[in-house]
Amino acid sequence: MSAVTTSRPRSSAPRSDSPRSRAIREPLVSRTSAMLVMAVFTVYFLLPLWWLLVASSKSTGDILTTNPLWFADMRLFSNIGDLFAYRDGIFLRWLGNSLLYAGLGGAVATLLAAMAGYALAKYRFPGRELIFDVVLGGVLVPATALALPLFLIFSQVQLTNTFWAVFLPSLVSPFGVYLARIFAASSVPDELLEASRLDGAGEIRTFFTVSLRLMSPALVTMFLFQFVAIWNNFFLPLIMLRSEELFPVVFGLYGWNNQLNQIPELRGLVLIGALLSVIPLIVIFLLLQRFWRNGLGTGALK
Amino acid sequence: MTTTVPARARTERSSVPRPRRPRVPFKGAIAALLAPFAVLFLLFYVLPIIFAIGQSLLVVRREGTFGKAELVFGGLAQYALVFQDEAFWTSMLRMLTFGVVQVPVMLGLALVFALLLDSPLLKGKRFFRLAFFVPYAVPGVIAAIMWGSLFSPNLSPFTALTKNVDFLGADLVLWSIANVVTWVYVGYNMLIIYSSLLSIPSEIYEAARLDGAGQFRIAWSIKIPLVRPAIVMTAIFSIIGTLQLLAEPQVFRSFSSAVTSTFTPNMTVYATASIPNANLAAAFSVVLAVTTFVLSFGFMKWMQKKGNA
Repeated sequence: MSAVTTSRPRSSAPRSDSPRSRAIREPLVSRTSAMLVMAVFTVYFLLPLWWLLVASSKSTGDILTTNPLWFADMRLFSNIGDLFAYRDGIFLRWLGNSLLYAGLGGAVATLLAAMAGYALAKYRFPGRELIFDVVLGGVLVPATALALPLFLIFSQVQLTNTFWAVFLPSLVSPFGVYLARIFAASSVPDELLEASRLDGAGEIRTFFTVSLRLMSPALVTMFLFQFVAIWNNFFLPLIMLRSEELFPVVFGLYGWNNQLNQIPELRGLVLIGALLSVIPLIVIFLLLQRFWRNGLGTGALK
Repeated sequence: MTTTVPARARTERSSVPRPRRPRVPFKGAIAALLAPFAVLFLLFYVLPIIFAIGQSLLVVRREGTFGKAELVFGGLAQYALVFQDEAFWTSMLRMLTFGVVQVPVMLGLALVFALLLDSPLLKGKRFFRLAFFVPYAVPGVIAAIMWGSLFSPNLSPFTALTKNVDFLGADLVLWSIANVVTWVYVGYNMLIIYSSLLSIPSEIYEAARLDGAGQFRIAWSIKIPLVRPAIVMTAIFSIIGTLQLLAEPQVFRSFSSAVTSTFTPNMTVYATASIPNANLAAAFSVVLAVTTFVLSFGFMKWMQKKGNA
């Protein structure tokens, strides 16, 4: 406490009512207990990941016999090599599948949701509120409730157990439309559209050259969350896919985890695979931080 | 825009004598922007719902024991089976119990963390914000594999604890799964509430500060009421998520025999579809979707009413 109070003694004396000085006078007990709470939960949130990192760096034997929270014989890279080599590199195939499902699917879903949300925000037409309400209803209908009916439909057209069975349903993001509408209403000024019209630019062209750019921070947020949703999707692959070579990575690991009782050697591969399947998501979140941080609260503003 | 566009449309109509001028300006552009989403939404959202309802009204009829199976209209026969299915309703009740405890705990924690991040009490906010959010990047399946290992007696770093407390036994396994869900989603909900807190202009606090209100008082009387919409939104998504629980308990089956194949409603849907009994599974899906919709929509309306009162 003394260190903090003495570091800015002058500002607190003359301007006792400014917010800054107020901060300094927060009691030591409050500050310490706040830090303590946060420290305890930091351990809670990070310890499992630390454990995963440590466990993935060990040989299968060491996982059970050495200290679970500290490194033993460092095998991280040879474990990765084993994982990539296992069954002709099926894991890399899964990783590629996931990137395709989530990357391409997320991008297309974001664009389509942006177009629809923009149309709902920027134009007046009959049925607009009805369409928006139906889409909002779609937000409340959970995706997993649709997995089985989707399976029944796809089996009618013989498309189960194909790439499309997982890819196509991922392109629809009602929540994205909801967000895009809010973002478009707040970030694309009507005056700009009028000006663009006076210049003779078509509506669609204006959307792609002007509006989409103005909405881009929001689009990053939408893409990111759709990407995560597809990457983590479980029910759809579970119910649609039988062929291993179509699996997304998370679902493939689920399969391996289920075989642990018959093939205990897989334990090491499951752990290193889990680590590698999480890293792309953490990296993409860190890289795009400044976008999603601002975008996250928008859904609740209305 | 509301005033300019109709005005312009009217003047144009009067000057150009074309009778079939579209009443809505930019009709073509609106259609082009909406159509791609609308088509996919109809195909992969609306059609499945209709199809599921249709399938749930059919029953299999056989002529004799070895006769050919045939799908015929069976009215609400499948729904009668759903309502008699004890395992399904047990799993619904289980998820309700889960939700009543887990959702408030998770959102309570998220709210406390968000308020602490927004208060002047903490140092290193950037670090905490990221550290708490990282689990959201972990897929449910992976989170369940990790926690399943941490709870299992032989793999866990806390063997003293896991050898004495059976986290994976019938009594506790539901709460072990609740822990996985909480671990993944607290940070996400925290950030939603936190960014809502950030949008409150700080002048609002000035008066309270002048009146001598402490941080706790400011949080309770000013901040929490103002971020209510964000909390309501996170609550709705949590209610929906709870009833849909599938990946985490499905993974836990490899760690615990206490998790049955009908542990959650969605697991029942999957198990029934694998029999295969698509029609009964469709009826389960419809009942689950309707229940979810009613609960989340009802909660939303209830909150709106409370907010207006």
